[in-house]
Amino acid sequence: MVSVSRRTAATAALLAFGLSGSAFAQSTVKVGIIYPLSGNAASAGNYEKMAMEVGAEIINNGNAELAKILPFVSPTGGLPGLKGAKIQLATADNQGTPAAGANQTLRLITQEKVVGVVGAYQSGITETASAVAEKYGIPFVNPESVAANLTERGFKWFFRVTPVAADFAHAYSQFLKEQKAAGKKVDSIAIIHENTEYGNSVSKVISEVFKTDGLNVTQNIAYSANSTDVQPQVLQLKEKNPDVAIFISYTSDAILYTKTMKEQNWKPQILIADDAGFNDPKYVKAMGAEVEGLISRTSFGAGKPGSVPAICDELYKKKTGGDGLDDTSGRGLQGFFVLMDAINRAGSTEPAKIQAALKATDLKQNQMVAGYHGVKFDAKGQNTLASSIVVQMKKGQYVPVWPKANATADLVLPYKGW
Amino acid sequence: MTLVQVVVSGLLLGAIYALFSSGLTLIWGMMNVVNFAHGDFVMLGMYTAVVVWTALGGGPWASVPIAAIVIATLGIASYFLLVRHIMRGPMLAQILGTFGLALFLRYSAFNVFGASFRTLPDTLVGGSFVLGGIRFEGARVLAGGVGLLVTLALHFMLTRTAIGSRMLAVSEDATAAQLMGIRPQRMQALAWGLAGAATGIAGALIATFFYTSPTVGETLAIVAFVTVSLGGFGSVLGALIAGLLIGVVESVAAFEIGPVYKDVIVYALFVLVLWVRPQGLMGKQ
Repeated sequence: MVSVSRRTAATAALLAFGLSGSAFAQSTVKVGIIYPLSGNAASAGNYEKMAMEVGAEIINNGNAELAKILPFVSPTGGLPGLKGAKIQLATADNQGTPAAGANQTLRLITQEKVVGVVGAYQSGITETASAVAEKYGIPFVNPESVAANLTERGFKWFFRVTPVAADFAHAYSQFLKEQKAAGKKVDSIAIIHENTEYGNSVSKVISEVFKTDGLNVTQNIAYSANSTDVQPQVLQLKEKNPDVAIFISYTSDAILYTKTMKEQNWKPQILIADDAGFNDPKYVKAMGAEVEGLISRTSFGAGKPGSVPAICDELYKKKTGGDGLDDTSGRGLQGFFVLMDAINRAGSTEPAKIQAALKATDLKQNQMVAGYHGVKFDAKGQNTLASSIVVQMKKGQYVPVWPKANATADLVLPYKGW
Repeated sequence: MTLVQVVVSGLLLGAIYALFSSGLTLIWGMMNVVNFAHGDFVMLGMYTAVVVWTALGGGPWASVPIAAIVIATLGIASYFLLVRHIMRGPMLAQILGTFGLALFLRYSAFNVFGASFRTLPDTLVGGSFVLGGIRFEGARVLAGGVGLLVTLALHFMLTRTAIGSRMLAVSEDATAAQLMGIRPQRMQALAWGLAGAATGIAGALIATFFYTSPTVGETLAIVAFVTVSLGGFGSVLGALIAGLLIGVVESVAAFEIGPVYKDVIVYALFVLVLWVRPQGLMGKQ
């Protein structure tokens, strides 16, 4: 026992000397991450946490390939702009409640002394957590909450990287205009949406954007997501026969629509599903074979080998033991990198300097993990270059087909179905 | 033409509503107990069909009789293990008892089958066909047809046979029936068995064109309760008429006015009928 404790003491002393010797050259930067690690959304929260851990490992261990593309990654490890400083993550569980989100953020800031916070998944928790950061003057980077009001609060320390409904709408609009230019018929468009906050708000935004872009929405069908029967709606569509149909649905209704469209033998030239139900792995597993050529959106596509998302996806798979980055974890890692980039450019751990660097963020499309055009914040803290990748169902799985930069397969139209 | 298609689809849907409501109304008529686990009986009937197909590769010809037996057994077991005992308690105990059974069945299904949505291939019943310009789907025609047959058979059994008379006698006055040499418990168990069989058949058939998940019973149970109270609690024929009525009204309203308003129309009709006839269309005063 004695010898062990002596050895420990000696090691500790050596370590202390070693650290103090190199402290100037290599310090640690503490960054807070706050996610739902328990409660309803724990599954998504834990994937987010793993994505952040992969991000921190990339910074700390270095990555020769990424260093060529990302200025905040060095080939040998540490933040290049901060004398090779390492990143230390302080993790907090928001427990799925806005109150815990606020308390835990307070802990991260006052006790852990973090220089910036990334989080918090659920819009309602991001709202309370970021309010604490705002009060203490600590930058809060939000990678994934889409509620519109988050960037309407006049906050100075809040930065949102994810696309919101208007961005999806612009992506669809641009996509459809390109198809029109290529000679496809997109003269009549039907929007079919479930009638709670999600469906109503997204359909409203899409209709507005399409109107200004000169795309013709001819039918707008609202329905209740727990319907037992959707035959009348499919018959309405069959009667008007629009060129394009856009569905904004949850999972069970997505399955019913898919089955009923086959029963009634109706399909449009282009069928678009706005993520959600149609992207649920349960939907893809049950109905994938019946919707060949279905178009949807995501914010993550692994892209070509050697690209930033492909490299990160590989590293992430090693961490999770197989699961690749997806829409949520991909956006999460992107948000974390945005903060890393800002700290690196700030060359400082002073919150005000990091805030100034965040405001000046200018990341390009080829530097993205998520499928955005880049990252650049407006005065409200919203990323103006956030966008979505268009994916298409091919043999039971979604593959990126648009924009060209992210595509791994060719877009095939018209919609084939079953 | 499309409107004719809508009405035909609505009638088929209505026959299916009647089919999965008949078990609920039978139990109420027999013993004045509302079975809140009814939707979950339907759900288990659906899972029986899924299991029969995935494990044995059998279509409805195999799954319908198996589901009928499985859910009938479940019904009889529920009667002897739970319902018989809670019937001695206050009304609230009966309500909460079957509600507890519902939750038990639902979360058992979560445990065994997981939260995933399952679907059966639509080729099981032979796809769809066109007749006189109207499109029919095999699975729905079969379910609707069987729905009509089963509800009518139940109705005639209750009103025209000796065993039906005995069951009705127990429901009218169990003590008097006992004095006449009828064993009330046996009749009540039989009612739960019959209701279970009808519900199992309904579940197995619905599974051929609907998604199956542990919570699907919740969605279906609401329709069943509306159908049963509109038709008159306890009347199988009433459930049939109410089912058809709701199916057609719902379909036409969703097509002509919009899917968001279909429930408004259906429930407005529901309130109106109950206002004029509180006992429901075919219920006894």
